[in-house]
Amino acid sequence: MLRFILTRLSLIIPTFIGITLVAFFLIRLVPGDPIETMAGERGIDAARHEQLKKDFGLDRPLIVQYGYYIERVLHGDLGKSIVTRETVLNEFQSLFPATVELALCAIIFALLVGIPAGIIAAVRRNSIFDHGVMGISLTGYSMPIFWWGLILILLFSVQLGWTPVSGRIDVLYYIEPVTGFLLIDSWFSEDEGAFLSAVGHLILPTIVLGTQPLATIARMTRSAMLEVLGEDYIRTAKAKGLSRFRVIFLHALRNALIPVVTVIGLQIGVLFTGAILTETIFSWPGIGKWLIEAIFRRDYPVLQGGLLLVGAIVMSVNLLVDLTYGFINPRIRHNR
Amino acid sequence: MKKSALLAAVCVPAFLAAAPLAAKTLVYCSEGSPENFYPGVNTTGTSFDASTQIYSRVVEFERGGTQVQPGLAEKWDISEDGKVYTFHLRKGVKWHSNKNFKPTRDMNADDIVFMFERQWKQDNPYFKVTSPNHSYFDDMGMPKLLKSVEKVDPYTVKVTLNQPEAPFLADLAMEFAAVQSKEYADAMLKAGTPEKIDQEPIGTGPFYLVQYQKDATIRYKAFPEYYGGKAKIDDLVFAITPDASVRWAKLQKGECHVMPYPNPADLEAMKKDPNVTVLEQAGLNVGYLAYNTQKKPFDDVRVRKALNMAMNKKAIVDAVYLSSGVPAKNPIPPSMWSYNDAVKDDPFDPEAAKKLLAEAGYPNGFETDLWAMPVQRPYNPNGKRVAELMQADLAKIGVKAEIKTYEWGEYRKRLQAGESQMGQMGWTGDNGDPDNFLHTLLGCDSAKGVSGSNIAKFCYKPFDDLVTKAKVTSDQKQRTELYKQAQVIFKEQAPWFTVAHAVQLKPVRKEVVDFKLSPFGRHTFYGVDIKGK
Amino acid sequence: MTAQTVQTPGVAAPSAPPHPLREFWGYFSANRGAVAGLFVILGVILVALFADLIAPHSPYLTDTTVALKPPFWQEGGSLSYPLGTDAIGRDILSRLIYGSRLSLLIGVIVVSISIVLGTVLGLVAGFARGVTEIAIMRVMDIVLTMPSLLLAIVVVAVLGPGLINSMLAVALVILPHYVRLARAAVITETSKDYVTAARVSGAGTIRLMFREVLPNCTAPLIVQASLGISTAILDAAALGFLGLGAQPPSPEWGTMLADAREFVLRAWWVVTFPGLAILITVLAFNLLGDGLRDALDPKLKR
Repeated sequence: MLRFILTRLSLIIPTFIGITLVAFFLIRLVPGDPIETMAGERGIDAARHEQLKKDFGLDRPLIVQYGYYIERVLHGDLGKSIVTRETVLNEFQSLFPATVELALCAIIFALLVGIPAGIIAAVRRNSIFDHGVMGISLTGYSMPIFWWGLILILLFSVQLGWTPVSGRIDVLYYIEPVTGFLLIDSWFSEDEGAFLSAVGHLILPTIVLGTQPLATIARMTRSAMLEVLGEDYIRTAKAKGLSRFRVIFLHALRNALIPVVTVIGLQIGVLFTGAILTETIFSWPGIGKWLIEAIFRRDYPVLQGGLLLVGAIVMSVNLLVDLTYGFINPRIRHNR
Repeated sequence: MKKSALLAAVCVPAFLAAAPLAAKTLVYCSEGSPENFYPGVNTTGTSFDASTQIYSRVVEFERGGTQVQPGLAEKWDISEDGKVYTFHLRKGVKWHSNKNFKPTRDMNADDIVFMFERQWKQDNPYFKVTSPNHSYFDDMGMPKLLKSVEKVDPYTVKVTLNQPEAPFLADLAMEFAAVQSKEYADAMLKAGTPEKIDQEPIGTGPFYLVQYQKDATIRYKAFPEYYGGKAKIDDLVFAITPDASVRWAKLQKGECHVMPYPNPADLEAMKKDPNVTVLEQAGLNVGYLAYNTQKKPFDDVRVRKALNMAMNKKAIVDAVYLSSGVPAKNPIPPSMWSYNDAVKDDPFDPEAAKKLLAEAGYPNGFETDLWAMPVQRPYNPNGKRVAELMQADLAKIGVKAEIKTYEWGEYRKRLQAGESQMGQMGWTGDNGDPDNFLHTLLGCDSAKGVSGSNIAKFCYKPFDDLVTKAKVTSDQKQRTELYKQAQVIFKEQAPWFTVAHAVQLKPVRKEVVDFKLSPFGRHTFYGVDIKGK
Repeated sequence: MTAQTVQTPGVAAPSAPPHPLREFWGYFSANRGAVAGLFVILGVILVALFADLIAPHSPYLTDTTVALKPPFWQEGGSLSYPLGTDAIGRDILSRLIYGSRLSLLIGVIVVSISIVLGTVLGLVAGFARGVTEIAIMRVMDIVLTMPSLLLAIVVVAVLGPGLINSMLAVALVILPHYVRLARAAVITETSKDYVTAARVSGAGTIRLMFREVLPNCTAPLIVQASLGISTAILDAAALGFLGLGAQPPSPEWGTMLADAREFVLRAWWVVTFPGLAILITVLAFNLLGDGLRDALDPKLKR
């Protein structure tokens, strides 16, 4: 087991170095000059331009810049945004909870709906319900979520007026960010309406971001369930006259959930991708929107820092999933 | 919700006492996050809007106008030769305070001197803090203009210039000249966190900053000790909402009271909404398509004229600007003095255009590029769409235009370097002077080199003589004459296809009282009130 | 399908094992969803091929006098613009019809690039093992670690926005799946007897790669390809939506959506139809992919 963990960990280092390389050099390849971008239509004179370049350290050879960059990263310094001059880490910290909150809600939504739907579909294989679930989940899987978001806004916010259009909470509530998770912060605030407002603002983004994971989880649960239900021990259990309910929930489900758990872990990349689009549509003040803006503004430090942090997070979650899976399923361990 | 019930029971007496006066909150759906809270290094209206509520300046523009009136300086004297300005400061002006800093003194001459030196003297410890690029200070020519800034006594500041400059006072009313606390700056420098003064700002303005959450909200409260008296509203909230349709949806629902930059497409509905008033004001701007007059085939005035006649300006304005713009015929906006209304625009006449093009030696048209603005600006709400319409019109006279675009900074740089054949651009005036358009954008000086704002690279002596002469003339009547002639020549030479002047449109909810549009496009909320619901 | 195909079963000798293709079709046609997907795709292909004949207008023809006309069944709409017009008076139906060309093109080109590159890299990794394998697979891991859209956006930012560049970006992002697939197949196949036999009889590595192993891992590749087309169309549309994909006036569906976003409150049709077109096409490819997998995957054949 220890060996397994060590090999997995040792794989992390080259990947991380790779990510820093990608984050650093790929972004340097992006044409455009952050200093020019800052100047807007007013322009900037050549002398000042040179000076700014020097101040931002953009005049040194790339490899030297990379060296300094790595050194600073190792000291936990990701630099400062060229646009706002705020440290990248601070900006990340202030925006990250919003993304996590949204992503967690989305994945919980996907689980709460996806797993039961998958189980029922498997148990009633080839019923109308099964076909319905499979059809809907394949549609969800094929959904261009940027469009899905617009359509939901059009329907629920504009036509019906049920949900707010955008943002995280009604601006009239003044919530001091303690944890950064508005659901928590607003629950402990004295304003009764604040929590409801935060929930109301979360509904549509949660559905939009949860759609694809939901589809994947429902399909995965169904096929895992089908496989398990075909196994001998289930047949034995059935033959022993155990109730259908017991067989499904106590015996089959437990084993069927193992692959489902891994799928959940692997959804994190999908969630980030979805978050970029969802946040753009709902003006959600999170990481996805932040990175997109950084690209348009040529804000190198933010992009680098953001890619690095996001890469590191995805990597850690993947590692965690890998290790958990290794614990649950010894076959994997010995294969490597 | 047991918790709150209990709370209510305990707090009932307190509630009763506080009940009669609910706080008046005004919500402004702003279009983006500010870069920071130091206008000296910013160039975007978004950042100016966020900081202008907090700071005061030596002198101020009157609300909704361009007149200069007293600000932190109660009065001032100007020497005979126009070179020495002596400002007599208001006494007892209080600073805001925040968790880092409690001011121990009122605003005084040190703060004013600090405002100048931070942007002017490279050895000032704050020169490089946040950014060393003090764009407006430099653009207004301050480094060359200023000779000395002295504190005469705690409430008197003497500014000496190298030469007389009529717009100097107006310059000091601009956003870049916001006065920050020297005491706060010193304290933060000592603490090793100088950039704090630009992120957690302290000013003497009508509102103080309570909280800023990037991409979400900016919260201000009225500053009770503001020298002009407390603002009529108690709380001011900027709800950051980048999407224009979403801003409109929020305004409709009453989630915000004022919104900038409406979608042209939504204007019709806005004007019909009984809860909303759409305020209108001509803006100081122009959107245009510049022909590169030094490149073939646009070095031939007949080609330029022909293209001007080939493009259907009215259709472009109707489709893209809708009611947010008026077709432009001159390079300066109609609300500016010296605007020559006698100039006749080139008619839309594809047949004549074809003929003229044949005369110039291009009977079958030619191929060219057409650069489309990558960003949305008031003077050009959708560069790509404008370009698509132009492309379609040009195709009808045989001119094949390929639409090109780059990322914004790159785009402008390349245009200024003269890489394009036809390029969209625009300009918003800084100080209301025609010189700021005609000389800056079309004079020979700025056509040289690779970084001038004259992207048509238009250098035509008769025109240049006029605008250069007007620059050094002080008599406004004479200047008006010169500028009027210049506009006639501009039309004859056609270095641009003038597209439109954007009209500033602000949908405002009916309960908002006395919101005034600023000709400079600012959004200020001092003096604005809100009726009870 | 014509009558001929229906008759063929009678011709075949009943005792002989069914032809693999026929067996495949048997499984495939039992899956109604997959067949529906196939028909939709055929329909989209036909529309794309005959766009010039079907489309009532040119997709680029602007006419500001008819801007933002609603679809024909709504008041103010007319049959000459069945699905309404966009902000500068272009016919939406015609743009959607021409857009199908772009979407199919995107799907096919992106998948071809990543299949070819991915298979080669995967085969190389699988055969070479050692440092080469580690290097290739590490790079793929890095690509997989980055959220796909984010990476695609950065790549497009490097190359500059545009249709071709967005295709390259998407191809790069989905590349690792093919590499992994091909490598895994190679590793499984090389341990089998027939490869050992071929090796013993003196077949070279290249020959082994392409003549022996590759044909045996085509089934999973085909399934992955058909699913890959749907991913490619979706991702390219997302890039278009963010303003980084095909540039106006090109009628790519994602770009049309981006262009229409500001009209969402005023003209629902400019937003709704391009999205529906994407959804239907992507769904069809997913249905097809699912059907192919079920038909080709022996494990599910019962």
